[in-house]
Order: sequence, then C-alpha cells, then structure tokens
Amino acid sequence: MFVINCPYCGERDQSEFSCGGEAHIVRPKQPTELSDDEWAEYLFMRKNIKGVQFERWNHAHGCRKWFNMVRDTSNDKIYAVYKMGEKPPVI
Amino acid sequence: MKNKYSIFSLIKNAFSQHENWKQAWGNPEPKKEYEAVIVGGGGHGLATAYYLAKKHNMKNIAVLEKGWIGGGNTGRNTTIIRSNYLWDASAGLYDHALKIWENLSQELNYNIMFSQRGVMNLAHNLQDVRDLKRRTHANRLNGIDAVWLDTKQVKEFCPIINISQDIRYPVLGGTLQRRAGTARHDAVAWGYARGADTMGVDIIQNCEVKGIKRNGDQVEGLDTTKGFIKTKKIGVVAAGHSSVIANMAGLKLPLESKPLQALVSEPVKPIIDTVVMSNAVHAYVSQSDKGELVIGAGTDAYISYTQRGSHDVVEGTLKAILELYPIFSRMKMLRQWGGIVDICPDASPIISKTNIKGLYFNCGWGTGGFKATPGSGDLFAHTIANDEPHKLNAAFNLNRFVSGDLVDEHGAAAVAH
Repeated sequence: MFVINCPYCGERDQSEFSCGGEAHIVRPKQPTELSDDEWAEYLFMRKNIKGVQFERWNHAHGCRKWFNMVRDTSNDKIYAVYKMGEKPPVI
Repeated sequence: MKNKYSIFSLIKNAFSQHENWKQAWGNPEPKKEYEAVIVGGGGHGLATAYYLAKKHNMKNIAVLEKGWIGGGNTGRNTTIIRSNYLWDASAGLYDHALKIWENLSQELNYNIMFSQRGVMNLAHNLQDVRDLKRRTHANRLNGIDAVWLDTKQVKEFCPIINISQDIRYPVLGGTLQRRAGTARHDAVAWGYARGADTMGVDIIQNCEVKGIKRNGDQVEGLDTTKGFIKTKKIGVVAAGHSSVIANMAGLKLPLESKPLQALVSEPVKPIIDTVVMSNAVHAYVSQSDKGELVIGAGTDAYISYTQRGSHDVVEGTLKAILELYPIFSRMKMLRQWGGIVDICPDASPIISKTNIKGLYFNCGWGTGGFKATPGSGDLFAHTIANDEPHKLNAAFNLNRFVSGDLVDEHGAAAVAH
C-alpha cells in the first residue's frame, strides 16, 4: 500500500487506483498477419520485473483517467508518474 | 531410512532428554556437477527432488534454495487442501495430489498432520449457487466427492456461521468436499527434505541462482552465490520469482507476481472444525491445531515482490469474516504476512518443458499451490526425467498460451483457490 501522485488529482491512496500491468506494450498494427506465437507474446507474455518497472494505472475511484508510472516492484518506491502519450522518463 | 521415526525411537530418545536425535537432513556444499538441479527449496521443489530420486532413479540431484527450505510460500499459505476443481484437467491434477496426501505421512515416515476435516465453499448469490452446483456435478463425474448443502445444512455442518438472510452476502448454500482438509505446511517441506536427503539429494540452502548458462538451445549450468554448478537439467520451482529466473535464461513467462496475504488470530479453544471458504467475499477460515484462526485474504491488484501486502485487502477480508462469523468480533489478530504468488492468465499452473533444452518450469500456481505439492512434485519429476509430460500434466504446458487451449479455472475458483 502506498500513495500515488495522480497527474490529474494529486496525491491519493493507492486503494483508489487499479493497476493495468506492464506499460508500453504496443498493440500490433496488422493483427490479421500475426502468427500464434506473436499473439501469445502480445497477449500473455510479461516481463514481470523484480525491480524498476514501467506500468499503467487508472484512477478508478477518482478522475478515472489512465496514466503511466515507474515503480520499483521490490520495494514499491515510485520514481515517476507521467501522462499517457508522454515519453517515458529515463530512470 | 537411516533414522526411522517410531514409537520406539521416541521412547529411546526420551531417556536421553531428546538431545541425541540425528539431523534430519544435511547441509552440504555444492558439487561441481549434478544430473539435475532443482531451483527452489519449497514443498514443490523438495517433492520434485524426492520423486526424481525415488521413482526415476536419479541420485545426483541438488535443490538450491536462496533462503531456508520452506521459508517462502510453503510456510506462508493457509494450508488448505482440496481437489474440487471444475475442469477435467484440473480435477485430474489436484485429485492426483489429494490421493498422495492421504498416505504421505506413512510414505515419508514424517507426520505432516494431514487432517481431512472437509472444505466447504459458500455461495452468496444466485450465480454462485449455479456455479457451485455445476461444479459439484462436474466433480462427481470425475470421481471426486462433492455434495451440495442448502443453507440449513451449512449451518448444521458449521454452527457458528451467520445464516441470516438480511446481511450483505447471505449464505445461500455451499459445497462440501469431505476428503479435503489441511496439513501442517512446514512439516511437508521438512518431510520431503528428509526423504530426499536420505536418498542422497543435496539440499543447499542460502544459495541464490544468479544466472543460467546456455550453449545454444541447451542449458549448461547455473551461476550461483556458491559458484558455478554444471548440469544438463534445471527444474525451476521458484513460485513468485519464476519470472526472475526465466529472464536469466532469456525467456518470458505469462506470469504476474503479486502479494497474497494471510493472518492468524490469538489461539482459542476449538470453535471451527472444518475449513470454510468464501470466494465471493475473499474470506477463508480454519483453525490450526494450536487454536489460532487461520485466515486467508486476497491478493494486491498490482505486481509487487514486497512480501507484505496492503492493509485495505486485510480490512476487506475481516469485514466479511465478521459478517459471516459475528462470534469472532472481539478476536485479536496476532500476525499478518504476505507471500509472492505467480498468477497465470487462466489461473492454472504451468508444469512444462520450454523451448530451451533441459530447462523446465513448474510455476503459475497462483494463490492455490500448497494443495498440489505432492502431485506437482511427482508430475514435475516425471516431466524432467522423461523430457515429456505425464498425461496428468500434459494440459498444463507452456504452449497453451500459443494454442489457446487454456485451462480456465477463474470461473470455478473466482479469485483465490
């Protein structure tokens, strides 16, 4: 449990948010041309990093907007919060 | 067995104030090379080594554990054992384990305190009722004992449950598997460790894997904190840290690691003589032999390796517990802890070969791996020894995420199972 600095609402309790998992997984441009392996990679395979991870969050019980966050999953320390579409910071 | 436990050894050792019991397993330094190395010294890993030695005649095996054996999820779960799963593949897998549990104390000559006190799953809404009834029928077709109980029968089976119909989650009935129950989790790890050690398996604690060496498509060995260990077969049973090991081999797994919490109360006199699970409200409760209530909560909804878990999750669970069991309202909770569980998209495990030769994974048990410990070890040992899955774990291969042939147990088990 931790406090998240929502880029739209400011600091709120983590329980107001829901996590959307790993960020920057790009949806395939030509889905019809993908092999089964490529689909599996896109849909299911995850880095599941122990350490600094880029992830998507949604302020579900607040502004309901999506944004990105950089967090160390080994200690829940948050390094950066940035809006969708913005360039990920270098950590 | 070099040091058989019996009533006679107990009496004999009583004369020397129990000071001359032999060590149950050794503390060896790693050899240069092993026939197979198991990464992870929890129940599943130790069971794998035990069955590799016992059934597949492999003697030169090591189990590497970064901490102490049974210190991970084996020592952190709520010890529930059951096999009432919906799908055929799952029913086969978990009932295989349950059948081994039934004779495990005798087989290991180690009291794992297996207690078939029954597991009851509650239904709180109409959909629960339909799902659980369907599951009962599916179980019986698979030869697994299961009965449907109406509200009155639930109350008879567990008298402390509040069956008032005007609470937020009223009890509309439940299923009961009488063969299900609990076992002492530490004893399972210790029993398998002792059994494996007796057959010559090296159990190496405080030895963390730092890298996996490959030669093309074949594994060659592991870099560890105790040096390089050469081996052609690596079985990874690292639970929440499976992805960390997979990344070392350049492999991605369909897993997300999340903290799952449990807590125990102060010890009290016997009050609940079964296990009651309520998937819809995330509340699981049983009573340990020491008298503590053992309560299972839900997972945090984000990836984390912190082994603690959030307060709001515990709060939600306790609210549900208090509504279902008003008698517990003045109980004090003694301890709370978290374990890191590796969750698959279809909530079913992976016991599988990989596309790297000699690298095998047993992971994805999510919130319910303890119950499968003996079966998982047996089937994973078969998979490693023969380089082919057993028919009972064939469906739990890694390739199902490519083929789409998933074993979707979410519907049967909601969240935790």
